[in-house]
Amino acid sequence: MQSIPLTPAPVAVPYAPRRTLALLVGIASIAALIIGGAFMPRWLVFLLTMAASHGLVSLGIVLLMRGGVVSFGQGLVFSVGGYAAALTFNKLGITDALGLALMGGVAALVVAAPFAPLLARYRGIFFAMLTLALSMVCYGALVKTNALGGSDGFNMGRPTLFGQTLADERVAYVLYGVTIAVAGIFALMAHVYFHSTRGLVTLAVRENELRVEYLGGSVKQAMGINYLLAAFAGGVGGALTVMSLGHIDPNFSFWTTSGEFVFVAILAGWQSVLAVFIASTLLEVVRSFSSLYFPNTWQLSLGLFLLVMIRFLPRGIGSLWVDRSAKGDRS
Amino acid sequence: MNTAITILIDGLSYASWLFIVALGLTLVFGVLKILNIAHGSFYALGAYAAASLVGWFATLNFAPQWSLVAMLLAAIAVALIFAPLTERYLLRFFYGRDEVLLVLVTYALFLILEDVTKLIWGANPYYVSEPYALFGNVEIGTQVYVGYDFMLMVIAVIVGLAVWWGLNCTRHGKIVLAVIHSEEVAASMGVNVSRVYLLAFSAGIFLAALGGAFTAPLISVQPGVSVGVIIVSFAVVIIGGLGSIEGAAIGALIVGLARSFAVHVMPEIELFSIYIVMALVLIVRPEGLFQRIQARKI
Repeated sequence: MQSIPLTPAPVAVPYAPRRTLALLVGIASIAALIIGGAFMPRWLVFLLTMAASHGLVSLGIVLLMRGGVVSFGQGLVFSVGGYAAALTFNKLGITDALGLALMGGVAALVVAAPFAPLLARYRGIFFAMLTLALSMVCYGALVKTNALGGSDGFNMGRPTLFGQTLADERVAYVLYGVTIAVAGIFALMAHVYFHSTRGLVTLAVRENELRVEYLGGSVKQAMGINYLLAAFAGGVGGALTVMSLGHIDPNFSFWTTSGEFVFVAILAGWQSVLAVFIASTLLEVVRSFSSLYFPNTWQLSLGLFLLVMIRFLPRGIGSLWVDRSAKGDRS
Repeated sequence: MNTAITILIDGLSYASWLFIVALGLTLVFGVLKILNIAHGSFYALGAYAAASLVGWFATLNFAPQWSLVAMLLAAIAVALIFAPLTERYLLRFFYGRDEVLLVLVTYALFLILEDVTKLIWGANPYYVSEPYALFGNVEIGTQVYVGYDFMLMVIAVIVGLAVWWGLNCTRHGKIVLAVIHSEEVAASMGVNVSRVYLLAFSAGIFLAALGGAFTAPLISVQPGVSVGVIIVSFAVVIIGGLGSIEGAAIGALIVGLARSFAVHVMPEIELFSIYIVMALVLIVRPEGLFQRIQARKI
């Protein structure tokens, strides 16, 4: 039997200077990425844009994962954000890239809001399936709505930035810059949130939700708010994606799209924000290279890659450095 | 009145194959605790294998009745080849892990099998027409229905009863139930749990492939058939309650009838009628219709 220590165990106090350092490093990396983009080849700029905008959706899933649930239906908010941005552009004439991104986030938030109190009651596979059902209802509705182009979807034009129209040679880079900046800000905010009181309550829910309630915390509220935050991030991700692609169709809401977001979230693990974007980039790289070199078997290569990653890094890429530093804290 | 009968018969025929497939899914979940996304891929493999085997039997000039045997053999072959490979060399490494991680492992398997089927059978559709005409037509009122649909219903009932009987009335079945209840206790009583896993997984894959083989005459067998089936059979087992045979039956009936009602009365909601039903059931009964309430960890 283990002996019980008489002195209380040291309580882990959030280590503020290190977090400030992490934020500064974060801001510096975002700036470096944006500046570095000017020297990157076109394909890499596009790849990183997609990785960052998709990473935002997976960031939302990681947020939920910290509370112990995984959404298999983030395609819902991804597509709502995308459609909202594209429609705002085409019908309302608002063309500013940042405005459209905000619009996507708000639209996703509005659509997700009625479901948040309901979903907050569900756990495990039932949460996953209910979110999946919602995204598939959205998919079905989009396919059948001819006004939105049915299964073909529709195109959107080129956004502007602060009233400036974007020339052919600059558009990809500017949208890259916007995407990286927005995703970077979300990542920094997520980092702060993860270490805030509510962020830590979320972790406690993952460990044992009954205890959280005994201690006076509201599990439902924590889960509901996390779902809404994830929805907002997903909506912004959808809007940023559609701006760079210039086209949207119902596949944004299909379950395989949601599956890829979950894949990135699991690949990243729930400990680190940075890992989410690394995982997202990794997926885009594997996808592009395997569709280039193995055009007929790219799904097979993706599946094998996924299996290898799960086999050897079951706790995600983030566990490579977070576990080690946690051990360092304790010693 | 005619529409009502048509909805009923269409719904029952859809529910029949869906029940067979979902039964496999629920069996695998019950024993191995894996929600298998690749289940739809095994369905597709069953359909492709049936298409090839029925075609081969036709070139050998077998009587058309033999196509039924060919479909059954196709399902057995898929289970014999793919189940041991998957269980022994893939899933085995991940047992006891987080259930979402396991879902992702099967998602990876689904991606791999999608390309494997394309590599083996190509991207062109296959048609299996022989068995469809075997059972003639049935006239009900003024409408004519294809006999094959009724045969599917009979097969579903036989399969359901066989699985129920196998689980509840045979020694092997009781061992499986013991493993479902507590694998640790079962193992300590001398049960070879790893063998039970393999058997249960093979049975699950056989049911998926059987569902695929017997629906092959109703559809064009082409890439992408697996994707649709997975989510629909998920809906069935979630509605019924994971791991429950009765649940799979009721879930399949609900989904089959809801879909057929939507097709005939409100075609615009056909694509998502199933998910609306699933969401509604989950809202009212969060753990499905036939799931026992589980104790919460304190």
